[in-house]
Amino acid sequence: MIDPVIDKTISAADIVASLKDGMTIGIGGWGARRKPMALIREIVKSDLKDLTIAAYGGCDVGMLASARKIKKLIFGFVSLDVIPLEAHFRRARSAGEFEVMEVDEGMFQLGLKAAAQRLDFLPCLAGLGTDVMRHNPDIQIIKSPYSDEHYVAMPAIKLDVALCHVSEADKLGNSFIGGPDVFFDEWFCRAADKAYLTCEHIVDTSAFDDDHKIMRMPIERNLVAGVAEVPFGAHPTSSGPDYGIDVAHLKTYSAAAKDGWGSYVSEFVHSDNYTEKVGGAAHIRSLPLPVF
Amino acid sequence: MTDLSPEFSLAELCIAAGADIFRDETPEVFATVIGLVPRLAGSLAKTTFLPGLMMSDGEFYFAAEPVPVGKRNGYVPKKEGRIGYERVFDLIPKGNRHAFVGPVQVDKYGQMNLSCIGDYTAPKVTMLGVRGLPGNTVNNRTSMFFGNHSQRAFVEGEVDMVSGAGYNPARYPNGIYPKGLDHRRIVTNLCVLDFEGDNHAIRVRSLHPGVSFDEVQDNTGFELVRPDNIPETAAPTAKQLAIIAKLDPHNLRAAIFKDNPSGRR
Repeated sequence: MIDPVIDKTISAADIVASLKDGMTIGIGGWGARRKPMALIREIVKSDLKDLTIAAYGGCDVGMLASARKIKKLIFGFVSLDVIPLEAHFRRARSAGEFEVMEVDEGMFQLGLKAAAQRLDFLPCLAGLGTDVMRHNPDIQIIKSPYSDEHYVAMPAIKLDVALCHVSEADKLGNSFIGGPDVFFDEWFCRAADKAYLTCEHIVDTSAFDDDHKIMRMPIERNLVAGVAEVPFGAHPTSSGPDYGIDVAHLKTYSAAAKDGWGSYVSEFVHSDNYTEKVGGAAHIRSLPLPVF
Repeated sequence: MTDLSPEFSLAELCIAAGADIFRDETPEVFATVIGLVPRLAGSLAKTTFLPGLMMSDGEFYFAAEPVPVGKRNGYVPKKEGRIGYERVFDLIPKGNRHAFVGPVQVDKYGQMNLSCIGDYTAPKVTMLGVRGLPGNTVNNRTSMFFGNHSQRAFVEGEVDMVSGAGYNPARYPNGIYPKGLDHRRIVTNLCVLDFEGDNHAIRVRSLHPGVSFDEVQDNTGFELVRPDNIPETAAPTAKQLAIIAKLDPHNLRAAIFKDNPSGRR
């Protein structure tokens, strides 16, 4: 008999427990916006090592860098937006602690889209004439079969796992992103063998029978292997419209790059009650949305 | 007698010179303006002579009118569409876009660096990463702002990490420039440069009041093209200054340069 019930709910800790050393992990969000930080903190706590991380990077990359989890970073930038330079990334990158595949932001999206379409590459002009080609000798330039044009063949960025944070999800893996920009979360999920989501709230599927919400549901549920309810799971990054970037916390975090990482980890990452530790639910809800 | 030459700051001079970049733009160009001077410059252009210019609210929406910079104090951006990041990247190859950005280094080819300085595997200075510069530069019109015109920014040889492409034929298949490569101007605290020398060599287009060609050349790590007659950078008009003040109600522009110097030396 077929069990008709799909239930993908899982804890954040169990999501991270399912990850393996050496995996290639894509992280959704953008800079200091809607990063699955609860999962990042679980990875920091774990024994995982030698990860290849692909992201439009922010403090997700910075924390994983300071926790020495990164073997290779695939990126176009790492920035906290409100604080342009990411202190942990800068320290680790300048210390040569990981390999890099540094590409244009648009090349990065094509790499995800190639993987999602099960293609080896997608062509583009971006990269021509730059040191992106010199420092990534594996990336080939191809001649068009139709003209004399030359294109960069951006290789697929195939992911073992994608990790994203959304506003609402149901236990089937349907999900809704309340913030204005969904960024590239669906492409991370489509480029991956498995996608895991954290969400502010688990809701009943009927909550998505809503013409407004449906326009902000980019991730197909059959990509999703597990869903964890973690209120404020994006903190200290934003998760619009519920809360903005915690700039004060990001300053504390940034200051820890020099020699305070151990204290930061014991104070915040190993905290039994993270939400209270960073000021409580009301404080997080009051954080203003980013304005530029 | 009417005062035709109001006082203005160096920041305001740069903003007006930045707006002037858009004089020969297409009527409905999509402008990406990163940093305070480029953003106020694009906003000034849209307000004064290029109403069709398309720009974002800095977050997700196309704004029907320029969004004043800084704290909004109740101002709500007037949306006219959406421009999320995926849409930006999908539009860049289409071409009708002008990116006005602030890299850390530039060289004689107009190649830009936003990534790192020093040995690539363990850089002395790590910055942001190449961001969208590779795609912008081979697809879109490019202009730059530098707040500190010096040989550290205008480097000898090539920039440490070529993040944005330029007019260096050795770097392209068969030495042929991509058809979208189109560098326009560089606004600095000393002058305005363009790429209208032979073979797109960087030329001094105008000098800010009181600045000599020699001062600009001395602060540049490569040889600049010197036209016979170099005009003075046009001073912002009283009308432009009033609009800039509205676009920057908290006077954030006063902090662009140390001690907010006058535009006239």
